[in-house]
Amino acid sequence: MSQIEEVSVAKFKHLVSERALTGETMLLNMGPQHPSTHGVLRLLLELDGEIIVSCIPDVGFLHTGIEKNMEAKTYQKAEVMTDRLDYMNPLGNNLAYVMAVEKLVDLDVPARAQDLRVILTELQRISSHLVWLGTSGLDLGAMSMFLYCFRERELILDIFELVSGQRMMTTYFRPGGVWRDVPVEFEKAVRDFVKVFSKRVDEYETLLTKNPLFLDRTMTLGRLDAALALSFGVTGPPLRASGVEWDLRKTRPYMGYEQYDFNVPTRKEGDVYARYLVRVQEMRESLKIVEQALNKLPLGPVRSDNRKFVPPPRSEIGVSMEALIHHFKLWTEGFPAPKASVYSAVESPRGELGVFLEGDGGPKPLRVHMRTPSFDNLAVLSQIVKGCLVADLVAILSSIDIVLGDIDR
Amino acid sequence: MDKKLEPIVKAVQDKFGSTVEEFRNEVHMLVKPEQIMAVLTLLHDEQHFELLSTMTAVDYYPQSAPRFHVIYQLTSLAKNLSLQVRVPVSGDIPKLPTASGVYNAANWRERELLDMFGIEFEGHPDPRRILLPEDTVGHPLRRDYPLGYEEPQFTFNFEEVDLGKPYAKE
Repeated sequence: MSQIEEVSVAKFKHLVSERALTGETMLLNMGPQHPSTHGVLRLLLELDGEIIVSCIPDVGFLHTGIEKNMEAKTYQKAEVMTDRLDYMNPLGNNLAYVMAVEKLVDLDVPARAQDLRVILTELQRISSHLVWLGTSGLDLGAMSMFLYCFRERELILDIFELVSGQRMMTTYFRPGGVWRDVPVEFEKAVRDFVKVFSKRVDEYETLLTKNPLFLDRTMTLGRLDAALALSFGVTGPPLRASGVEWDLRKTRPYMGYEQYDFNVPTRKEGDVYARYLVRVQEMRESLKIVEQALNKLPLGPVRSDNRKFVPPPRSEIGVSMEALIHHFKLWTEGFPAPKASVYSAVESPRGELGVFLEGDGGPKPLRVHMRTPSFDNLAVLSQIVKGCLVADLVAILSSIDIVLGDIDR
Repeated sequence: MDKKLEPIVKAVQDKFGSTVEEFRNEVHMLVKPEQIMAVLTLLHDEQHFELLSTMTAVDYYPQSAPRFHVIYQLTSLAKNLSLQVRVPVSGDIPKLPTASGVYNAANWRERELLDMFGIEFEGHPDPRRILLPEDTVGHPLRRDYPLGYEEPQFTFNFEEVDLGKPYAKE
């Protein structure tokens, strides 16, 4: 016998208004299975008619214990778990993790590997923003956006497949460099993409930027002011759309970002439309970085030659005793890391993606913590949707651009 | 250490007598549990550390005193600085005052620590588990919590393992 279980107010009574306790307002479940929550997110809404009085996000449906699992693996092997965090940004997660490992064991990365990392993470940023643009267009009724955005995303995923063999779960960056050098077709594929893409962004903008229906649904909606955003730890495009110029690529350059000429788009308004403009502009800036990095891509090794941390190339194993020993030791035992902790952060498409890594002197980490941007960005949602309509909640939620794998880990 | 960070670290040290460690250009400050609120308030209000980047914990089990370190990773946008504050806490159910009054970001992060490590934050406005179901027993990120695995089923232990499997019977 099945019965629809009523949402118990008692559990949430400190989070809802008093009117919910008397039954004057209604509690409504949105999700976990709902097309516009962009994953398995459950929102408990307290509604007065169609106006949202309070919103209680409920996360954890996608919790897979990634942090716990990483503690049981060696530093190299734990990296595959990071792909599964923010599945719209696997290369960015790889980068954050390998940078933390490199910082912990003090490992240098050759120039070519650094540039390849920049090119691929910027392509990843574009592809992540494309998914966001497509799905948030879909949420607001601009059906065709989805088709156009996924057409271009496919080109990027093809490039990832070319270099790593995988479209999404790449694990291409490794501590000390990248997995292996890119194939000869890589440069042409990226140049072709750069050539078509800037025109395609113009196309997206003709569909949305001055579209009166889109403006009506997005302008002045979901206002987030800078002080509130900072207090809630909001980073990335939502913070920059609120007028704070904070981009880790500019303020704390890593992987040679200081060599590239690009702007950090910011807006003052802090509404859904501002976040849209910031992200669209970011795609253009990323494209500039890709082009510059590709033009200066140096030749040379793509992996550090520090054999204590980086496995030797396959060709050496047959002829060198040391190479064979290093290979064996690295893949059976792993490399030891000092008894200390580091925190290293990169700018992911969603904000500050930080990795806290603590070693215990052995080959496995004592603790890996991922500071995932969506987690903090979602926390602010309940503050900015108060007084909005349910239909506007959909627009606000998609403008924050959360990924549930990123939140639940 | 960064030139701009030195006076800030010194100000905190003079007032609270906390110890400072440096590793790979990162500054880690060890603060006693009873001082943490005063330190965070000082850093937030007077030294412009407006962003609590993350908050996490490390379990040093079987070491018991201190068993955990609670870590506050602070960022100052105005001065472009980072500072890590570490609080050693002991006990099976350690308690700390909540930082959610100073940083709103601490609200969800503290719920996560309650969920994963069983660290309780006194005065927290919404002390519920955040990621796991509310009827979960234990705190998975503690080092004494097993990783969990399935025993491989061979011929010699086929029936023994089979008994423990959750089949839909009848």
